Amino acid sequence: MATVDVDLPHVKEDDPHHHGPARGLGRWLYTTNHKDIGSMYLIFSLCMFMIGGIMALIIRAELFQPGLQLVEPNFFNQMTTMHGLIMVFGAVMPAFVGLANWMIPMQVGAPDMALPRMNNWSFWILPFAFLILLSSLFMPGGAPNFGWTFYAPLSTTYAPESVTFFIFGVHIMGASSIMGAINIIATILNMRAPGMTLLKMPLFVWTWLITAFLLIAVMPVLAGVVTMMLMDIHFGTSFFNAAGGGDPVLFQHVFWFFGHPEVYIMILPAFGIISEIIPTFARKRLFGYASMVYAVASIALLSFVVWAHHMFTVGMPLVGEVFFMFATMLIAVPTGVKVFNWVATMFRGSLTFETPMLFALAFVVLFTIGGFSGLMLAIAPADFQYHDTYFVVAHFHYVLVPGAIFSIMAATYYWLPKWTGHQLNETMGKIHFWLSFVGVNITFFPMHFVGLAGMPRRIPDYALQFADFNSMASVGAFIFGFSQLVFIYNVIQNVRVGEKATAQVWEGAQGLEWTLPSPAPYHTFSTPPEVK
Amino acid sequence: MAVHNENHTKRLSLRLATAAIAMFGFGFALVPLYDVFCDITGLNGKNFNQGPIQISTVDESRTVKVQFITVNPGNMPWNFEPTERSIRVSPGEDRQTVFYAKNPTTNWMVAQAVPSVTPSEAAPYLHKVNCFCFERQPLEAGADTEMPLLFIVDPKLPEHISTITLSYALYDLTDNQKVTQVKPNKDKGRARL
Amino acid sequence: MTKALTLALSLLSAPAWADWQINMNKGVTALSREIFDLHMLIFWICVVIGVAVFGVMFYSIFKFRKSKGAVSEHWHENTTVEVVWTVIPSIILIAMAIPATATLMDMYDTSEADVEIQVTGYQWKWRYQYLDEDIDYFSNLATPREEITNEASKNPNYLLEVDNPLVIPANKKVRFLITANDVIHSWWVPHFAVKKDAIPGFINESWVKVEEPGVYRGQCTELCGKDHGFMPVVVEVKSESDYQQWVSDQRAMKLAMAGEASKEFSMDELVAKGEGVYNTACAGCHQPNGQGIPGAFPAITGSTIATGAIDAHVDIIVNGKPGTAMQAFKEQLSAVDIAAVVTYQRNALGNSVGDLVQPNTIQN
Repeated sequence: MATVDVDLPHVKEDDPHHHGPARGLGRWLYTTNHKDIGSMYLIFSLCMFMIGGIMALIIRAELFQPGLQLVEPNFFNQMTTMHGLIMVFGAVMPAFVGLANWMIPMQVGAPDMALPRMNNWSFWILPFAFLILLSSLFMPGGAPNFGWTFYAPLSTTYAPESVTFFIFGVHIMGASSIMGAINIIATILNMRAPGMTLLKMPLFVWTWLITAFLLIAVMPVLAGVVTMMLMDIHFGTSFFNAAGGGDPVLFQHVFWFFGHPEVYIMILPAFGIISEIIPTFARKRLFGYASMVYAVASIALLSFVVWAHHMFTVGMPLVGEVFFMFATMLIAVPTGVKVFNWVATMFRGSLTFETPMLFALAFVVLFTIGGFSGLMLAIAPADFQYHDTYFVVAHFHYVLVPGAIFSIMAATYYWLPKWTGHQLNETMGKIHFWLSFVGVNITFFPMHFVGLAGMPRRIPDYALQFADFNSMASVGAFIFGFSQLVFIYNVIQNVRVGEKATAQVWEGAQGLEWTLPSPAPYHTFSTPPEVK
Repeated sequence: MAVHNENHTKRLSLRLATAAIAMFGFGFALVPLYDVFCDITGLNGKNFNQGPIQISTVDESRTVKVQFITVNPGNMPWNFEPTERSIRVSPGEDRQTVFYAKNPTTNWMVAQAVPSVTPSEAAPYLHKVNCFCFERQPLEAGADTEMPLLFIVDPKLPEHISTITLSYALYDLTDNQKVTQVKPNKDKGRARL
Repeated sequence: MTKALTLALSLLSAPAWADWQINMNKGVTALSREIFDLHMLIFWICVVIGVAVFGVMFYSIFKFRKSKGAVSEHWHENTTVEVVWTVIPSIILIAMAIPATATLMDMYDTSEADVEIQVTGYQWKWRYQYLDEDIDYFSNLATPREEITNEASKNPNYLLEVDNPLVIPANKKVRFLITANDVIHSWWVPHFAVKKDAIPGFINESWVKVEEPGVYRGQCTELCGKDHGFMPVVVEVKSESDYQQWVSDQRAMKLAMAGEASKEFSMDELVAKGEGVYNTACAGCHQPNGQGIPGAFPAITGSTIATGAIDAHVDIIVNGKPGTAMQAFKEQLSAVDIAAVVTYQRNALGNSVGDLVQPNTIQN
């Protein structure tokens, strides 16, 4: 990103046209303010993260030792399914949307999102979607138990009654995501301050712009696939039922056509966040800004032609296997470029290690480890041994937990002083970081081992040779889980008390948002800043 | 890009919304696209290669083992099996075989056989000239039948393929049939278990 | 620290389950070794790249600290470097993909096989049909319920043992034709590097040529419902002569079973036999105590079927109930087993109808 020189119109807090927020519950129900909506998204996502986390702990508690101790296999399957759905659609995606709401207008110098009323809608339908999904836990027959990938016919002919509510929930959250994406694209393309050309935009904005296009391209496909399920279940069609001329494998193709870009939807904004944080704490401009943008764009494009690498064992023709193997391996190239660029940014910088930087560094290392296992999984013949084992579980948790989740935490710590006006309590931040870092690795690293040794995923009980590493993973999960209470404490404390933060907050921070006072006033950039 | 242009935003949002709706349609379009894809690659050996075909030359130089297997998915109670487990054919010659089916229940039933071929690479070369799987098969309670299959292996079959397996999964479609067809069921009063 | 922790953990767990396998099985076929080598190759490539990247990163972290007085430099672009680190990984990847493609082609070998077996996944068991031998049986989990519920200590093959393993000859090409009866399953034996999805309505194939006789264990790897974790795959590889012996034993057993079906059994004999059948075939859903799972699987205790007309009771077991998880058991159970389990369900699990059914009336 080019250095941003700004002529800041002096902020008049007492401007008669700029009244503050309304009072009471109405403020939150009717708000069209991007900061309010961003906060609500983030709080919602934190709640979902906790609920999904409790489910993860139930799973890990059952897997602490061989044998069935705590839950029945059917309930175990409901837990794995709901954990996946809630973490993907309830925790990670809304957290990124929340960050986008807060930061994109401030980073491009816009007064608000382009479509503020739709913004309110896209948030407020989300709690209903998850209320519907969670209520299925209390329905006869239980919640969805067919895995977050809901392969037919387990999710159609053989599904519990609650599948209809699941489908309805997915429709609503899909609509919410699509509306959010439209809003973000409109904001970025139409509301940038004068002089903020596309290639001057911060990388967080860039990655979100590309992510939003991915969302518009694939969330409707997800809506389509659940609609087909709905029709198969209730209206007698046979999209996925061989008896009527359908094909269960078709489900997997359509699902992963959505599912693989979805994976990048959960990681591209993280790339953006890390590309903001590392230059700040290295006090050096991001290395290879342009190639970063091209890398993100090519990852996004490639994500449309790799979906069947999730299906190597499904019985594809040889050419299919070879094609999807090559395409998948290609993705390693732009991803590698990003990692190299981050390292080059740090090289000959002037580094300090505040909490956001620690999370960002952990991201680079652990995400790269997840990338390596991803590269291994791309090797189709070897995938016959890895597929659907704990090796896969280890892989995607490495890219999603110390990947997506760590980036969200890094972003929270990075921008929190801007939101609340209080400097961070570094001691508590570092306690949270180290507990999380150790917890994550104890949890997920041993999963590589049991996976390679032959433990399938999604099983409530396992053979004895997997016992030791599983106990270890369970201990790690509880460390990681409970250390998030420190995170909640840190956020709440920062909202309430703390040293007054300066406008720039971090010594090396560059960009429009750091020209605003901390906390950022309710209305910002009502008069667009001039970017030179 | 000076000041936020309301009309511009409206137009852009509408375009994006249209794109989203189009992608919803594309999700459904993947269904026929997938069929075309299967047709070309032989993936899953679905219902294609049907009907009469003109193959003039018989490749006498080699034989291919064509193997038949059957599956009764779900709770399909029929007895269903090939009368010959496998036959050796020369590519290009047309051969007939029959499958035996019996409905051992006390109800009139309708079944549909779903074919599938492995290796998938061979699927485009196995032509079903006439097959009981083209139609639904009704059977009276306790009745049995022999169902014919007439097929040709295309002489263009790659040399390295020596065995082709044709599998039939027999599905019970009696319930789907009830709606559209008056069924000649004598045990009408009998409760279904 | 992790070491101390795991040590503490292993002390906590009652029996010594120390097994610290951290890598993939090399396996017992030429193909599995080829795949293992590929796996190690890509692993070491990753290690080398990792050491290089993390090396530079950690060097920067230690060397260029502000606290050590590092001052940041101003460069932020270098086209040559950027092109180099795009091109080099691409070359590595292409170099990697070539042996991988060669291995794939070996896996898709379609030459004629010596033994052909149809493998069908059911919720939650496997069925093996020998296409040329007229051998056809089901393979169920053999681990006793008490071990799973922690009422008995677990044996070394816990959850990886079945009543009837698949038996194949060594040094012969065995071709598996894999399909499913209900939902998608996946048949995996790690030592063979054979994993193939079993898809209802469609057929997949895979093959193996095992060099050493032995017992090899695997599991279903595609989530297939409640007892997905409880449907292991066990393959017994026998020498050619032992295999032939086994085949003729199977034939003899089949004849013996047919004879048994015409025998008359007493109530006690049937109930005793039925308990075993019930625990293998029914207890997974209807539960060992016959109470079922409300909302998912009906109870046997007090059910209208198990206390009603005996013909209807036999019929639902023989033919299943369409549109539900209740399977047709006529393929899975012998007439003796069906008679026994019907009698057991009517006179145990809290039911006491008092009637029984003989095997010879089951056959149709």
